[in-house]
Amino acid sequence: MSTGQSIQEVKAFSYDEDVAFTKVTLWKRFRRHRLAMAGLVVLCCIVLAAVFAPVFAPFPPNHIDNVHWQGTPLPPCFENAAACGGHPLGTDEVGRDELSRLLFGARASLQVGLFAVIIEIVIGSIVGAISGYYGGWIDYLLMRITDVFLSIPILPLLLVLTAIVVATSSRASLSFGVIVLVIGVLSWPNPARLVRASFLSLRNREFTEAARAVGNGDLRIIFRHLLPNAVAPIIVQATLDVANVIVLESTLSFLGMGIQPPTASWGNMLTGAQVNVENAWWAAVFPGIGILLTVLSINFIGDGLRDALDPGMH
Amino acid sequence: MALLEVRNLRTTFKTEDGTITAVNGLSFSLDAGQTLGIVGESGSGKSVTSLSIMRLIDRPGRIESGEIVFDGRDLLKLRDEEMRHVRGHRIAMIFQDPMTSLNPVLTIGEQIAEVVRLHLGRNHREARETAIEMLRKVRIPSPEKRVDDYPHQFSGGMRQRAMIAMALSCNPQLLIADEPTTALDVTIQAQVLELMNELQRETGAAIILITHDLGVVAETCKDVLVMYGGNMVEYGDAKQIFAEPRMPYTQGLLASLPRLDAPANARLKPIPGQPPNLHRMPPGCAFAPRCTYRIERCDAPVPVTDLGGGHLARCWRCTETLAPVGAAQ
Repeated sequence: MSTGQSIQEVKAFSYDEDVAFTKVTLWKRFRRHRLAMAGLVVLCCIVLAAVFAPVFAPFPPNHIDNVHWQGTPLPPCFENAAACGGHPLGTDEVGRDELSRLLFGARASLQVGLFAVIIEIVIGSIVGAISGYYGGWIDYLLMRITDVFLSIPILPLLLVLTAIVVATSSRASLSFGVIVLVIGVLSWPNPARLVRASFLSLRNREFTEAARAVGNGDLRIIFRHLLPNAVAPIIVQATLDVANVIVLESTLSFLGMGIQPPTASWGNMLTGAQVNVENAWWAAVFPGIGILLTVLSINFIGDGLRDALDPGMH
Repeated sequence: MALLEVRNLRTTFKTEDGTITAVNGLSFSLDAGQTLGIVGESGSGKSVTSLSIMRLIDRPGRIESGEIVFDGRDLLKLRDEEMRHVRGHRIAMIFQDPMTSLNPVLTIGEQIAEVVRLHLGRNHREARETAIEMLRKVRIPSPEKRVDDYPHQFSGGMRQRAMIAMALSCNPQLLIADEPTTALDVTIQAQVLELMNELQRETGAAIILITHDLGVVAETCKDVLVMYGGNMVEYGDAKQIFAEPRMPYTQGLLASLPRLDAPANARLKPIPGQPPNLHRMPPGCAFAPRCTYRIERCDAPVPVTDLGGGHLARCWRCTETLAPVGAAQ
């Protein structure tokens, strides 16, 4: 027992990490990260644009402009003001307004990213917390299951699963749900490992023993006392994973197995743009920029958060 | 009837080099409202004893045998669920280091209120009121403001007082304080001890004070239990033991203390040798290898001698008058 106590004494020294947790110092450190601040501004714009898509969009996203569209995509107004027919960023290959679809596509991408990551983090945190807290054979079992999930190639599985759903149903909302669920359910191993690692050290902290000594049950200790202490790496992982999921969703939609047309998503807009890529660059470039900016901003924010939450890393 | 009666407690830990016995057949009892000091150096088993009473011994540790009868019930026979209601409610504990034993992400108030909600079934608002009341009792200034502070906004002494507030919030019958002042400044130590004594008088709780500081024991405890190598070596009234220690280890401990009435150039008198390696315990008296008065019989298990007046010593020669171990040389 005495060796245990001396370890605690050494730990007391690193207590400053906890002190660094107040919101004010967190924001101060985050603000110093220029790219992260830029990312935050850009992402806020994108999120606002997506939320208020019906307000900003000049046309309904699935409206086909039969008046101006003649079989080829209309160019953006800044390229050919006479021919654009009032579509600021032109139209796609079937005459739907590019800007409107871009705005509504942002909704799809951000929603898939957000909801899939919520599922992933919830499952991952529970599995990792239980695994790290109890240790022993429970830990062993859960970690082997995690290994199995880690070894599943997610893209082929998603392709097959969504192909089945798409073949049996034509409702876009259904394929949206399937994508969210499958990505979420398959990508929990990473957060699970992170949370487990935190819990392995947290369970030996003195305040864990103190929490047991006042009569708390295991579940209360795990979720009320320890999980909030492990939140920093979870937030960073979640942020970076939103970006990953957006790329994954775009890939799926591009391959025709993601969000189903006519619902707009950045991925399936790219699919449509392939046909006319030589004479209608705008149809491919704008959704591409959308994906790029979103993913880049989120990754910068993630880096900024990591630096702010974990100053010891530098 | 005694509030707490520990009989033949044996707690072991499995390690890669074999099983070690951290507490080996310890027995003692404590009456309601009394203060018992448990003294001993690192590794003597004092902390393991307190954790055993709370049943907080974790793998690879195990309570092998014994009884811990608290308020008429053997704690070792309770279901986990029942034991949870004892912890924090009937028996509370204060840990050594207030810097690490409060959760950094929960406010002081939340942590105290949680215990009250857990055991007394109070709602959020009432529990918060109780938390403020307890903070006031342990003399945290403007408690209605400080209740929403996080632990890092408290100083070390305040944190330990907050721990005491938490421990006493459900009016426990027994408070186990495991080196409550070791991590604090000397001036704060005195305040914290005084506070504990005062609250004890108010609530009538019994206290087990675990420490290696004999000065603290002298100030606060009625009885004292000296541990060495996982078992009791001397037990009795604190005044009596300080005046007339009968076991050579206790004598050595007392002789090794600095004294105000000693000449300025006097050297401290340490006990020669090291505490026993728990992997290779001596077969008889654990102190025998360091003891100046060792005789042949000391290498076989030594029984406890009752010296009368509740004074017990585990030593063959406890009835003789001997000079302290360190001083004899």
